[in-house]
Amino acid sequence: MSRRGAPPEVNAGSMADIAFLLLIFFLVTTTIETDAGLDRMLPPIDDSQVTPPVIKEKNIFAVTINKSGQLLVEEELTDITKLKEKAVAFLDNGGSASGTPEFCSYCKGKRDEKSSDNPTKAIISLKNDRETQYGVYITVQNEIVAAYNELRNRESQRLYKRDFTDMEAEYLNPETSDEAKEVLKKRVKNIQTLFPQKFSEAETSSGN
Amino acid sequence: MSKFSKKKDGDVPAVSTASLPDIVFMLLFFFMTVTVMKDTSVKVKNELPKASETKKLEKKDRVITIYVGSPTEEFQKVFGKEAKIQLNDKFSSPSEVGSYILQERAKKSEDIQNVLTTSLKVDRDANMGIVSDIKEELRKVNALKINYTTYEGIAFDNLN
Repeated sequence: MSRRGAPPEVNAGSMADIAFLLLIFFLVTTTIETDAGLDRMLPPIDDSQVTPPVIKEKNIFAVTINKSGQLLVEEELTDITKLKEKAVAFLDNGGSASGTPEFCSYCKGKRDEKSSDNPTKAIISLKNDRETQYGVYITVQNEIVAAYNELRNRESQRLYKRDFTDMEAEYLNPETSDEAKEVLKKRVKNIQTLFPQKFSEAETSSGN
Repeated sequence: MSKFSKKKDGDVPAVSTASLPDIVFMLLFFFMTVTVMKDTSVKVKNELPKASETKKLEKKDRVITIYVGSPTEEFQKVFGKEAKIQLNDKFSSPSEVGSYILQERAKKSEDIQNVLTTSLKVDRDANMGIVSDIKEELRKVNALKINYTTYEGIAFDNLN
């Protein structure tokens, strides 16, 4: 008669063991990915025969890295920690006189006639040796991006009371709603036209 | 009085472990959700440089990864210490990068084929020669959007 009544309870004591086993499996296979980095666009291969437009020497900010990681900025041996400062000064210079079409109304630089005319004209040119260490190269890239971001943030704070990098991150985030994206897109584009990233990389020189 | 002293007599009551499975399950679910299965084993030394101005690589399915670095110890006998390119599971020469990208691109669905990003995971001790070769190859197959994948940190740490 004892068979009648409620069915016997299944022993769940080993449940914890099974769960532990699975847990350990996932613990071992987990890699919490750290995928973030510096975005760059490579120039497309240009095989047309059109001669490139002449760019004034003063609108180019030349950075050269040699194989031992030393930096030549505008023909001056520079410490890498000073690079950002120099790049900001160059981009923000706004050398054109007021009244000319190229006058930069939002620049706060020295307005030195020997440096760049306008942020939209200013080009940063980076050249490196084949034997340059990758870590150094990334540091230089990072500093140049930092210079752009500093200026963009400044303008963004003035116009929208918000950091540019912050807005861009929200714009790129897939969780942002479409309406919010529409507003952000306009703002991001606007800031980008004020300080466009004109960044050219020459083909690497071989040898020394 | 005896009423109270009696309680102290016995052993310490066992802690109930009935909620242990619940706790473990909770942990299990946490790890299950954050897990990304490794699809390739990295055969090269891959200590990424640090950078502060990074952007996140959203959408995993739109990323093609290329590893560069000097082979790990077990492969050094065969491949030497010079930095090598690793595509999928094997070491490759720069000239193979182009066809690899095209092959990977063909695997993706058509609507995202134009928005792929190539993530370059390059060891910080590698030199720029090999990186420039890769970039040149990428330009040839029109894979222009690249991402120098880095760790979050202070960029000046790369120098020493």
